[in-house]
Parts: sequence; structure tokens; C-alpha cells
Amino acid sequence: MKFAIQINEGPYQHQASDSAYFFTKAALEKGHEIFRVFFYHDGVNNASRLTTPPQDDRNVVDRWAALAEQHDLDMVVCVAAAQRRGMVDEGEMQRNGKDATNIHPRFRISGLGQLVEAAIQSDRLVVFGD
Amino acid sequence: MSETIKQFLYLNRKAPYGTIYAWESLEVVLIGAAFDQDVSLAFVDDGVYQLTKGQDTAGIGMKNFSPTYAALGDYEVKKIFVERESLEERGLSLDDLQHLVWEDEDDDYAEKDSIKLVSREEMTAIMDDADVVFSF
Repeated sequence: MKFAIQINEGPYQHQASDSAYFFTKAALEKGHEIFRVFFYHDGVNNASRLTTPPQDDRNVVDRWAALAEQHDLDMVVCVAAAQRRGMVDEGEMQRNGKDATNIHPRFRISGLGQLVEAAIQSDRLVVFGD
Repeated sequence: MSETIKQFLYLNRKAPYGTIYAWESLEVVLIGAAFDQDVSLAFVDDGVYQLTKGQDTAGIGMKNFSPTYAALGDYEVKKIFVERESLEERGLSLDDLQHLVWEDEDDDYAEKDSIKLVSREEMTAIMDDADVVFSF
């Protein structure tokens, strides 16, 4: 089956990203396809490469990045939600005159159309959040 | 933009202010309109407050985005389902909601009501019929 994953909550504050990670990992291990993982609302904060959890805790961002690397996942951060919350890539930095970037290179910033397209192209959209 | 047409249901469950879910849900609806899908909106629980008329956000320093709902008809959103029990549990009725309409170009551009009150039981069937449920 082909899945699209939507994550609506930030890391550590909420379990949504953890649950989505384990769901995605299990689906891939069972041979299913993940069309796209889309980060929305505070979920965009899952893409910060500056995240530094205590050493004895999981690293939510690096864990997503490793899974994406292993399975060539398309991980998309909503641009409108990202702008509000200060999630910045090179293009956004230049466009908005900012002085830094903070997005992990395994993620990319794009529009909400990517979420709608994922919902159309996939057999199931699975939403994680409150 | 796409040959596949699916039944999209945007399920709105939360109050309009306090959290950003309602506003960012509306942003998906507006962007999603470009994809020519069969779109419905549903409002349940505190989500019914999103459609109330006369919202004034001056006291909380938030943008009042409620006028945007009146534009949904122009985005070909013609089906807005509001759960009757959710309204009643909050002491609200249809009269407390904005009068939302869409123009039927096959009927001399007559304005038709977009909002339909449905029971909780009917709402479950609406969710069941949808191909995609965007839950906010």
C-alpha cells in the first residue's frame, strides 16, 4: 500500500512525531511505500538540524534523517508553517533577508500543494497529532 | 492539475483561536482548491465555533480570519457539514453561524446554502464515505 504521512506536532512536546516515525518504519519494513512525509503546524520543528536533546534521549530529527537516507524518503516541510516558526533553508534565508538557516539537509521546504498531491497519489493519508 | 478525483473531507475539530489548527486548516483548503478534488468541510466539537458570526479578536491581538469562510464558495467549496449535536452541546444554533453560500452557475448563478446541519450519526457516514480525511 502507498502511504502519505502528515505530522502536525513538534518533537519532544508531543508523541506524534515518534508515533509517525515508528509507523513509517514499520510500514517500510513490511514492504509498503511511503509517498511522502509532510510536516505541518508545529510539526515543522522536526526538521531543525540544531536540535540537541540530552545524550540519553532519542534524537527525533536525526532519526527521521537516517530513515530518510536509508529509504530515500521525501520529507517536506510546509513553507507557510515554516516561515511563521522560523524554520529556514538557504532559499528562504535569502528570500526573507535572514542571517541563518536551521533546516536539516534531509528535509526540504515546499508548499501545501505537496500535501494535497500526496493525499491524491497515496492509498491512505495518515495524520499524526492532536 | 490531477486526473484522479477523490472525496476530500477537511475535518475541523478545534476552536478558531487558542491554537493555530483552524487557520492552518483553512490554508490547506484554499491551496487544495487548485487540485479540483471533490471537497467537503466538516465542523464538529469546538470546531463549530470557527463558523460563528460576529467574531471580534481585537481583545486577543489575533487576526480575525473568519471572513475567509465567506470566500469558500468562490473556491468551489459547496458542502459544509456542521454537526447538530456539537452546536446544541454549546448552546448554539444555525442562526449563530455565518450564512455561507455558493453560486450555482447551472442555475443562473443562484446563491445556494453551503452549510448543512447533520446528526452525529450522519457525520460518521460522511467520514466513512471520504477517500481522504484531513483532520485538524
